[in-house]
Amino acid sequence: MADKPTLTFAFMDPPYETGRTATFFRMLDISARRGYHIKVFAYEGAVALPFSLQKAHANSVHGRDAAEENHPLPKDWVASLMAEAEKNGGSLNWVNCGLCVDERGVNAAIDGVSRGSPSDFWKLAAASENSLVIPTR
Amino acid sequence: MSKYLLIESRDPYESGDGDFIPSLAAQLTAKGKEVTILLVQNGVLPARTNAERGKLSQALEAGVTVLADSFSLRERGIGDSDIAPTIRPVQLDVVIDAMADGIKTIWH
Repeated sequence: MADKPTLTFAFMDPPYETGRTATFFRMLDISARRGYHIKVFAYEGAVALPFSLQKAHANSVHGRDAAEENHPLPKDWVASLMAEAEKNGGSLNWVNCGLCVDERGVNAAIDGVSRGSPSDFWKLAAASENSLVIPTR
Repeated sequence: MSKYLLIESRDPYESGDGDFIPSLAAQLTAKGKEVTILLVQNGVLPARTNAERGKLSQALEAGVTVLADSFSLRERGIGDSDIAPTIRPVQLDVVIDAMADGIKTIWH
């Protein structure tokens, strides 16, 4: 069987702010289900996506506890995508821009997330079949 | 022949540069490139039957293929019967297919 392709994505948007985040995760999901090798370079606000201290919360206005509110956490989506890619013979390698992390104080990241610099994006892209940059507006 | 997938995520009625992708697509097509535009998120709004499509109409006339993300259409309540016949609803898989095939893929 031929090797599965390696695709690199650069993403800049923080959690919960734009529709781009949902579209970005949808593309990762498709790639993970195919068992592709996925490389993500998270830049600027996107470094908060795998921030491990995200917490689900209750919604007192609607009278729901945390379990009922079932608040989605991007860190869980990232972890699920890593597991899905691995299950299908692929991988998800997530690199956070280190300076962007420091600026925002989101140093705590889930397992599997590494720290790098924009030069890592160039290295990831150079080692991939293709790359997609999703810039913020 | 070089192939391009241009992804338009912006609402052309809100964005000041809604002509960028259709214009780029038409120019590339004129140079003999094979170009597809994929509308996603609010970028799907001009896919509606009676929408003013501006430069996107010119791109279609120039031979550019225009697709629209089905999920984005459904999110906005745009049904299959509401879509212009020149624009085809597709799954987002087309992006991953294109990337895996080495097609130049650009997000706007």
